[in-house]
Amino acid sequence: MEVTHIMQTGQEITDRSGTDIASEYLTFTLGNEEYGIDILKVQEIRGYDTVTHIANAPEFIKGVINLRGVIVPIVDMRIKFKVGEPTYNEFTVVIIMNVLGRVIGMVVDGVSDVVALSPEQIKPAPEMGAAMDTGYITGLGTLNDQMLILVDIEKLMSSEEMQVMDQVN
Amino acid sequence: MTHSGQNNTSIDLNQFNQVFFEECAEHLAEMEQILVSLTDAGPDEEQLNAIFRAAHSIKGGAGIFGFQDMTIVTHVLESLLDRMRNHEISFSTTMVDLFLEAGDVISMQLAGHRDGAEVCQEAIDRIRGKLQQVVDSGAVASSGGATVSKNEPDTESLLSPHSDSLDATCHHYELEFTPDPDIFKRGVRLESLFAELEELGQLVVIAELPASADFSTYDPEICISCWHLTLDTSASEADIRDIFEFVADVDQLKVLEGANHHCADTDGVTVEATAMVAGHEEFCQELARNPVEAAVETSPGRRAYDSNELAPGAFGRRTSEAESSIRVGVTKVDQLINQVGELVITQLMLAQTATSLDPVLYESLHRSLLQLERNTRDLQQSVMSIRLMPISIVFSRFPRMVRELAAKLGKQVELKTVGDSTELDKGLIEKITDPLTHLVRNCMDHALEIPEIRSAAGKERSGTITLRASQIGGRIVIDVIDDGAGLNRAKILAKAVERGIPASDSMSDEDVWQLIFAPGFSTADAVTDISGRGVGMDVVLRNVQAMSGRVAISSESGKGTRVTISLPLTLAILDGLSVAVGDEKFIIPLNSIIESLRPTAESLKSVNGKNVVHVRGDYIPIVPLYELFNMDARVTEPEKGILILIDVEGEKAALLVDALLDEHQVVIKSIETNYRKVDGTAGATILGDGRVALILDVNSLLQMRKKKAV
Repeated sequence: MEVTHIMQTGQEITDRSGTDIASEYLTFTLGNEEYGIDILKVQEIRGYDTVTHIANAPEFIKGVINLRGVIVPIVDMRIKFKVGEPTYNEFTVVIIMNVLGRVIGMVVDGVSDVVALSPEQIKPAPEMGAAMDTGYITGLGTLNDQMLILVDIEKLMSSEEMQVMDQVN
Repeated sequence: MTHSGQNNTSIDLNQFNQVFFEECAEHLAEMEQILVSLTDAGPDEEQLNAIFRAAHSIKGGAGIFGFQDMTIVTHVLESLLDRMRNHEISFSTTMVDLFLEAGDVISMQLAGHRDGAEVCQEAIDRIRGKLQQVVDSGAVASSGGATVSKNEPDTESLLSPHSDSLDATCHHYELEFTPDPDIFKRGVRLESLFAELEELGQLVVIAELPASADFSTYDPEICISCWHLTLDTSASEADIRDIFEFVADVDQLKVLEGANHHCADTDGVTVEATAMVAGHEEFCQELARNPVEAAVETSPGRRAYDSNELAPGAFGRRTSEAESSIRVGVTKVDQLINQVGELVITQLMLAQTATSLDPVLYESLHRSLLQLERNTRDLQQSVMSIRLMPISIVFSRFPRMVRELAAKLGKQVELKTVGDSTELDKGLIEKITDPLTHLVRNCMDHALEIPEIRSAAGKERSGTITLRASQIGGRIVIDVIDDGAGLNRAKILAKAVERGIPASDSMSDEDVWQLIFAPGFSTADAVTDISGRGVGMDVVLRNVQAMSGRVAISSESGKGTRVTISLPLTLAILDGLSVAVGDEKFIIPLNSIIESLRPTAESLKSVNGKNVVHVRGDYIPIVPLYELFNMDARVTEPEKGILILIDVEGEKAALLVDALLDEHQVVIKSIETNYRKVDGTAGATILGDGRVALILDVNSLLQMRKKKAV
């Protein structure tokens, strides 16, 4: 099992108030679409391992795994957003993220790169376009003529439709 | 964000308050425990010291944290105890009640500070008055009123040191004491000297430093100050000189009687130290800072006055080193337990991998792995034991309750506790207290008869309640046994019928006893403030079940009743049976399993299209797990699979699974940490192969089944 640790250094290129400093994103593919999430939310990247299925959970929740003693749920975004074929092989990648104090794994087709985007490289998302509800999309980034869909992963994972977290209030 | 800077500058005292509250509660409990255990003969030296230490510690802590109201009550209590220690006041049995009452008042004040609970000022004043009365009466009796035998450090004199509580024969002395500059090197402690003078009467100490005193060149080993003391006492000049006997040469001490000389406001720097009472030694010590005394002590660097404080049995110290402990947050302990749990899993994984290796070729590896297994098991046990606490913590609260209830009910009751040192998880200790309290109250109120009836029945006038704890296998068993009237079968049945609970005369005793666990059930003729409101046994049952425990009752008419609570050792580990359904493994908690069986075709019946199994006269519904969990199973027909009979609060069901795998002790992990609650499960665990298995919650499984059926 190959596990790549992403450096979780404090090298935040942005500071929270600064607007003209670039942010770093981890980019990954779902089907033919390229997505990006805030690198600071990513804990590690690992291969797909057998999961324990959870009874009566939605199909896109693959189950739970044991991540060094912690029970971590695994969601498959390809099933959730009906993009790409949900295949599981030695190239299937799980991004382990830290979202709102929880650890959640996300199955994707592949992880591409870590890129820095300055604010002028990010354009607001148009209504409709991606498989995801535009509410979870913070913007569209352009990098070397390639479009990146930037996702607000916290908002997505805590949303009711993901059914990952117990809804509070 | 803008406020954060300000917040950082102030020290948050609340975090320390919490420690004080905890310690204070412990001291109160300790005090109460000793008081209740006292016989008519009164406390021995050690017990008295222990009570005194407790009161003193509370007072000290309350003073530090600024809870003045608590200081005042504990102070009077402490004064009284101190006099008892000095045999100035003799013990009487009424004092026990007085002390208990004082303890309650302090508890109330504590609760007031901690939880914002209401504090009854009247009760505080009343107890202060009562205590003071005993102090005063005792003082007169012992000292004959001729002299003030010891100037008590009471609050009044702390606040106004010049109060006029002096005898008629009192003399006024002015003392001028110019010590030898080398005095500290001789190991003389000025503050103890002054304390001795203080005992003679009212003392005011003024230290005078020469005008030339320069702190930059000040040598703390040399005494440069001159001391002016005024003393109002009935003692003679010779008495005073006696105190200075080995300290001052004749020319260093001037004693003027009745003089009106005041030596404050000289050119020098004067420091007035009015409070020369025992508790203010430190203050004086700072004034007369004399590190040379340390040289007298064996360990340099330790301030001299520490020596007394550290002596076994000294002021506020516990005598036994064995009692020393470290306060650690529960989260830290839990983290440790988790990590050891990981280690156990890793060890299991290694062991499983090693089974595929040739035992001959890899002999040393196998041996090492065995060693590892032993070590991890020992480690796990030690770590788990951190959370374990003796049940005496719970038991110790009952003597007082029984004592008071017995008085209230006019019954004679003896409480026996057995197995006080039995240990169980801290979490369980906290949760078992309420159910046990209920049970003991029930015994007192319902079960035990009043002395007249008891002697008429040929029993001893005094009833006995026995609390017995023991460890049986992996469980803790707590018995609450009384030798009272026993449960009244007819009365319970009548009441059950009255309340519409299905019951009949043909029921077995055991089933009848179970009826009292119904909500709102009470056979008490009158509702008292002790029990009888019918919130009792059902709460007991529910609380115990919440801890994965069980309650059983046995009773014999006229002989007594025994309620047995059985609990798991800890909540973090569970004994479970692993079963397979399709590709998944599940853990079923052993405590809910009655038996497992492979049904014969004849034993399977169908009711309304639902399968039931006939086991020893009972028809038990079959619950196929694969159906509940919507999964593919290898076995869908009951006769090919295994049925696991489970019992949930008297309701039975048979879970259909593919196969039984193994019996394990599993570490319970929360799914909710990172996911949400999963119906039908009580958590998850990690198996030897590193995979996650869900732990089933049979109770919620049955509820799921009912929902599905609807």
